[in-house]
Amino acid sequence: MSVTGKSVPRVDAPDKSRGRARYTADLCPKDALIIRLVRSEIAHGRILSVDTSEAERVPGVVRIFTCFDVPDRPFPTAGHPWSCDPAHQDIADRLLLEKHVRYYGDEFAAVVAETELAAAQAARLVRAEYEEYPFVLDQQEAMQPGAPVVHDAYPDNVLKHTHGQSGDWEEAVSEPGLLCLDKWYETVPVQHCHIENPICYAYMEQGRVVVVTSTQIPHIVRRVVGQALGLPWGKVRIIKPYIGGGFGNKQDALYEPLCAWIATQLDRTVLLDLSREETFGCTRVRHGIRFRLATWFRPDGTFVARKMESYAQQGVYASHGHSIAAKGTSAFAQLYRCKAWEYDARTIFTNTPTAGAMRAYGIPQVTFAMESHCDDIAHMLNMDPMELRLKNIMEQGYTDAFTGNVNRWPSHEQCMEKGAARLDWAARRALYNEPQTGPVRRGIGMSVFWYNTGVYPISLELSGCRMILNQDGSLQMFCGETEIGQGADTAFAQMAADSVGLRFEDIHVISTQDTDVHPYGSGAYASRQTYVAGMAIHKTGLALRARILKAAEEQCGVPAEELDVRDGLVIGKASGDTLISVADLAEAVLYSLDHAEQLSAEETNQCRSNAYSFGCCFAEVEADVPLCRAQVTRIINVHDAGRLINPALAEGQVHGGMSMAIGYGMGEQMLFDPATGKLLNGNLLDYKLSTAMDHPCLESAFVENPEPTSPFGVKALGEPPAVPAASAIRNAILQATGVPVDRLPLTPPTLFGRFREEGLL
Amino acid sequence: MFDIKALYEAQSISDAVRLLEEHPKARILAGGSDVLIKIREGRMAGCELVSIYGLDELRGVSLDDTDALRVGPLTSFSALENDPLIRQYICVLGQAAGTVGGPQVRNIGTVGGNVCNGVPSADTASTLLAWDAQLELTGPGGMRRSTVEEFYLGPGRTDVRPGELLTCIVFPRESYENYFGWYIKYSMRNAMDIATLGCSVNVKLSADGKHLEDVRAAYGVAAPTPIRAKKAEEAFRGAEITPELPKLFAEAIQADICPRTSWRAPEDFRRHIAGELTMRALQECIRLAGERSTK
Amino acid sequence: MMQTKTIRFRLNGVEREETVDVRASLTDMLRNDYSLTSVKKGCEVGECGACAVLIDGQCFNSCIYLAIWADGKDILTVEGLKGENGALHPIQQAFVDEAAIQCGFCTPGIIMTALELLNRGKKYTMEELRREISGHLCRCTGYENILRALERALNGAPSSHDANRD
Repeated sequence: MSVTGKSVPRVDAPDKSRGRARYTADLCPKDALIIRLVRSEIAHGRILSVDTSEAERVPGVVRIFTCFDVPDRPFPTAGHPWSCDPAHQDIADRLLLEKHVRYYGDEFAAVVAETELAAAQAARLVRAEYEEYPFVLDQQEAMQPGAPVVHDAYPDNVLKHTHGQSGDWEEAVSEPGLLCLDKWYETVPVQHCHIENPICYAYMEQGRVVVVTSTQIPHIVRRVVGQALGLPWGKVRIIKPYIGGGFGNKQDALYEPLCAWIATQLDRTVLLDLSREETFGCTRVRHGIRFRLATWFRPDGTFVARKMESYAQQGVYASHGHSIAAKGTSAFAQLYRCKAWEYDARTIFTNTPTAGAMRAYGIPQVTFAMESHCDDIAHMLNMDPMELRLKNIMEQGYTDAFTGNVNRWPSHEQCMEKGAARLDWAARRALYNEPQTGPVRRGIGMSVFWYNTGVYPISLELSGCRMILNQDGSLQMFCGETEIGQGADTAFAQMAADSVGLRFEDIHVISTQDTDVHPYGSGAYASRQTYVAGMAIHKTGLALRARILKAAEEQCGVPAEELDVRDGLVIGKASGDTLISVADLAEAVLYSLDHAEQLSAEETNQCRSNAYSFGCCFAEVEADVPLCRAQVTRIINVHDAGRLINPALAEGQVHGGMSMAIGYGMGEQMLFDPATGKLLNGNLLDYKLSTAMDHPCLESAFVENPEPTSPFGVKALGEPPAVPAASAIRNAILQATGVPVDRLPLTPPTLFGRFREEGLL
Repeated sequence: MFDIKALYEAQSISDAVRLLEEHPKARILAGGSDVLIKIREGRMAGCELVSIYGLDELRGVSLDDTDALRVGPLTSFSALENDPLIRQYICVLGQAAGTVGGPQVRNIGTVGGNVCNGVPSADTASTLLAWDAQLELTGPGGMRRSTVEEFYLGPGRTDVRPGELLTCIVFPRESYENYFGWYIKYSMRNAMDIATLGCSVNVKLSADGKHLEDVRAAYGVAAPTPIRAKKAEEAFRGAEITPELPKLFAEAIQADICPRTSWRAPEDFRRHIAGELTMRALQECIRLAGERSTK
Repeated sequence: MMQTKTIRFRLNGVEREETVDVRASLTDMLRNDYSLTSVKKGCEVGECGACAVLIDGQCFNSCIYLAIWADGKDILTVEGLKGENGALHPIQQAFVDEAAIQCGFCTPGIIMTALELLNRGKKYTMEELRREISGHLCRCTGYENILRALERALNGAPSSHDANRD
């Protein structure tokens, strides 16, 4: 019986419900020293000196390290697989502690103390003497001549500029009778808000440094720690227990290098547990991106030429850098057909917290711009927005020459059809098109999105898997890829069961990755794991099955080709009769006096493909115009993520992404004091992450077109759910009020300003 | 672990007064949902505290023999929300308490702390103000009474004098009898938020139900402290109830409030919202009063 | 000199006596002295609900509750929650069955609120449930399956949201 495709309960849910699943803080020895970082209280400048004398007098302080103590060895932090080609390596622009502080909160010293309290007290007493520089918070201001320079190596602050074009632009736009819409759209930085803050502790063991950390990417963190400390990578061991969410923030080596370095200096266990405020202000954020979109189209709505400029706010350090904006250009170029397109994408340093990976990696931003733009065009033409999309959407059969991705199915059309039917699009759209004049007005909006799976061919998609069969026919599986809350362990166990032919309950996925023990896997990002690890699991499972059959052949005298493994039993292919159970076989083989072995398999899979993952969102709103607020009354996401390994968990992924996207659309933003550059709302009260009272029932639906490049027919689902809701809500507000709002989030003060401008108030 | 220099647990009101006198720098710790957070942030690190959390005599709601409603300042928001006397006489106070934070915060946060810490966004403060509550403060010289208005000295500053603590919030019978109120909290989220603007309105109708015998309106975050719209109230006392009345009253309160621009919201937005909430709250009060008097 | 106080309380059904640092939060005491690691630290200022425990049957954020205030109180954490014969408690089982758990970091706190609701012995509308769990932040689930689990565990019925499944 196949277990993939079934909504089996999560393997980790019972322990998590009992509170006995262990996270980093739960494992840290009680005698660990506590690290507290000291952060700059200016947005830009140079540390001339650090006075630690008063801080060192606090009882319990063990040592204070400053920016003058750390090695001058820049390292990259992005959670990308390494490249042996220097041209493709991540930018190494971080030091363990910084002399050149580039944003309000940059760390320049680390207090190590016996207690949390002593560390906090001492950190408050560390004094820095600064040479202050001017700072810049806005990415386009940062590009102006004379703007403050964040990194000397980038005098114009532009980290990277990419340009792309296709078709004959002049020919396309000279077509007579074309209409044009040319507008700006803006998204702002937001934060991941995993409930567990980044935390790690480090200690020395046999001359090596061990870091236990809340990360999505243990093998990559091992490499970064090695680079930062100048250690051979084999001298570094990373252990990743259960983690309390990551969403991309933990796809960066945030503080593991510093924590590891301090452990090497003190030869003690040291704990670095960030506060919520530090998580907000001093880890990673989603890039705020400003877009200028111009579309030339025919009066019937056919797109002819499209142009995009994008300006992404990088913050201070390169981290994932331009990759985010670049991914957005792929979505721009591919989602809609036209005769010619052109883009210029820039990523610009600013004196704000570093932007990095966050769920859906640049696509929520570009989708907000493109899908708002689409509805603005439909509004201009008085045309049904879904019809406009159907007219222009990427055609079935479209192939991306770079990734080799093929739009194999009418996924967009099927998803739109399903969503429209569920929310009764046509009828509601017509109803809300009737004139509305009262204070409360209704509207319905939609948006579609483009996504792909994993990072092939940009980065290595290597994934290792090891399976070891026990004497009772159960098996341990070691994957390099990580459980970060999304349900990977459960999906992996389901795929392993089917690949080997065992029962789901006999698969034990070792959840805690340990780089000393686990084969290489790049980790949880890019919605890649079910696809990429699925291949490795399948390959390993088939190898183990072959070994089981070989052993059965020896044990039972029937040729392996005539046998199969199903539900933990070795059966005759033709008869279906059981020859021996895998349990009996494994026991007999392991204790055999003439040919003893433990049945196991280990494989590494290099994935050389990618896959499109498409879908849409429909949202209905009720806008109370005088109160300047909109309430989402219904919302649905529809996804074609290929075959679902576990429909219940897939649905859970969609819910979480939708909630994040509703927050992105309606309330989340990071606000900075223009006078000081300080983050104003870096806590869970002032940053408006949705509570259970802030959105309606989250509805989801799927179209399951099997993906042929995956042995299980799967493709991306982890990130895409976070993409489309913001623009669908924005478009619903446009229908309800006639007011296009082009800057996220759609908070009441923003709506107030727009409603006044448009004469509604 | 909180950076507390010393903590003294009061065993009674008089013990609290004694401790506060003995330790003049000590701050009062009630539920802690404000003070403990400030300590953690470093703003009050290393402070001395007198904990009054254990003083059960300061909890609960009762009616005295003059029918004055007496609310213990340590009464938690959730207890206030569910209290039968509050529901019967000043339902809106429970309603306002029910808009604070989330359930766990409402279990620890106290109505006394809400008013004593002086923040303009305090959800219960505008209702205390709008219902002419009186505060009983007990100190070395015994007990004194203060109006809520007098009690607010400025942003974050209240008139708790050395050695004093708030020991009761009193609503004299005449301050609540036949009044009907409504509170609207305007915030960016529907839970776990502080008010962008709070509006508490109540009315007493004339015997024929056609006039406002009295109208009182108070606001949070419409000025540096919670404030009453005294001029508007005066102008509309006795006014005939017409469909336009709520709108006219909402316009009138604009002269009483002075909201400010902060990073949370701009002044013109708060002013607009104050008007809109006033209109809706007054409509609701009139509806409630009308409903009740026809029963 | 560290200031301490000896307190007596009931913890997950067991009478305890302990001398605690007056500066300790209840989270500190439960995690450090009793290894009750279900009590999670997410913000330490009462804004996320990950550290929530029941005190005399009411849910509190233990991060902003002084340990000394536990004197005389009855404290319950998820570790004290048991079903029959060591099985999961029906609330826990509902969370497992409804796929209401993802990263699991907010889970113990929300389960404590669910227990408080269950002990009130009433049935809840979806809107009431939303309000009751609004003091717990969850970034993984959108609260959707948590609400389904609560409907199942508290109202003894399949969730009204089931109709919205594909």
